[in-house]
Amino acid sequence: MNNPEKNPVYIAGVAETPLGEVYDHTELSMVAVAAKEALAEAGLTMKDVDGILVNYMGEEGSVQVGEYLGIFNARWTDSTDLGGAAFEAHVHHAMMAIAQERCEVALIAYASRQRSLRGRTMASREQRVTIGSQFEAPYGLPFPIGYYALIAARHMHQYGTTSEQLAEIAVAARRWAQMNPKAWRREPLTVKDVLASRMVCDPLHTLDCCLVTDGGGALILTDKEHARNAVKKPIRVIGAGESQTHWHISQMPDLTVSAGAVSGREAFGMAGVTPKDVDFVEPYDSFTITVLQTLEDLGFCKKGEGGAFVSNGRLAPGGTLPAMTMGGGLSYNHPGALGLLLMVEAVRQLRGEAGERQVKNAKIGVAHGVGGVFSTAATVVMTND
Amino acid sequence: MTEEKKTQYGDPMTYPFWEAAAQHRLIIQHCKRCGSHQFYPRPFCVKCATGEVEWVETKGDGTIYSLTTVRVQISPAFNPPYNVALVQLDEGPRMLTDIEGINAKIGDRVKLTWRERTDAPPLPVWIPA
Repeated sequence: MNNPEKNPVYIAGVAETPLGEVYDHTELSMVAVAAKEALAEAGLTMKDVDGILVNYMGEEGSVQVGEYLGIFNARWTDSTDLGGAAFEAHVHHAMMAIAQERCEVALIAYASRQRSLRGRTMASREQRVTIGSQFEAPYGLPFPIGYYALIAARHMHQYGTTSEQLAEIAVAARRWAQMNPKAWRREPLTVKDVLASRMVCDPLHTLDCCLVTDGGGALILTDKEHARNAVKKPIRVIGAGESQTHWHISQMPDLTVSAGAVSGREAFGMAGVTPKDVDFVEPYDSFTITVLQTLEDLGFCKKGEGGAFVSNGRLAPGGTLPAMTMGGGLSYNHPGALGLLLMVEAVRQLRGEAGERQVKNAKIGVAHGVGGVFSTAATVVMTND
Repeated sequence: MTEEKKTQYGDPMTYPFWEAAAQHRLIIQHCKRCGSHQFYPRPFCVKCATGEVEWVETKGDGTIYSLTTVRVQISPAFNPPYNVALVQLDEGPRMLTDIEGINAKIGDRVKLTWRERTDAPPLPVWIPA
């Protein structure tokens, strides 16, 4: 009964919230708009939803969202906070719940107005007296970029990875964004431009960093029977996994290995496929280094070989491993947490509705969320067969 | 020791650390069972998961495990550029810290010094050895 092969689980609808700079919505109304659109794709309504999974929607977020949407009879509720990886983890949780018949129609949703509310600050995240307030904050490491800079610096030291190789990732994202009308940044970008952009925390430049925008999305996960209602092609989830390592950067066991090593192994193991079978990947590109290290941890290349792997446009349009195909957090949108939008794009690619940026013959896609300071990871493997 | 005293830094687990810091002594935890060291403090050994831990003093000698130069100002308290690093103590644990002086790189040997603060006990920072 808990076997997704016997009880297959489908993404039957996806939607983005309004994106960019949003002044005419609250986070809850953004979620409502996206939920309604995703449910319409699934051929379902709010009344069919009996599972609610959200993150960053305030205290007891699933309760706040459930009430706002008028869903008072949910039997699967989940406000798991794995940062930006939460939404892939929500798919993992909802997949198990649906396969075990603990719910039938799960809504996963998120919205943020971090840009219009100017909510993002690089100062410490710690307010109370905590380990972080005592042993991190006094040293003035900008959050989160300084933390990722330490990770990038270590990767460079250990494996000879270069700033040019990291810049190739930003350039690949931009080239995809140029084919996405919804992308925030679409002007041409070169490796030279990235290297010439302002250094924030060595070795990371401004253009190694994701955007700060408003946005969010919704996703409907359901069983085979409900998926028959779908207006658009349902996409089957064949594998999912999640993991976590550290909260404080001093406790990360190895700066060059993320929780993706475990979440990827779990997800690919469940799916019964390997990275070689994957037609495109949506890695969480909070920073260029996040992508490079994720590709290694998921097994797309060997540990330490990420720099060479991302070179020569491999991730860009026309490359052998299309990645960040909507332009990613680097050029399309980064609403504080990108995880849900990674799956929205993967579903659109697998339905063949990605327009100019469509990956040809895409059959298997991977979305990989990352949260914290490379602290959490969750991986979802999907197929359109 | 009164309960009030133990919480004067807001965290009873780190109270011994800051008391030692006030005397410019760096203390970390040592497991009586497996012999490993750990920082930050916990009421058990994270390495062997069973051992009893005790505070021990360290000289603070270590090696830079990773390092970044911060070039943006995040608050009036900080004046960029400055170096923030993870220092791996010779005993094993890593600590996030500033490296005073701008010329430092990964792999460099570093030694402990103390930065006086008006509103809190002295802060451990490292300098090139």
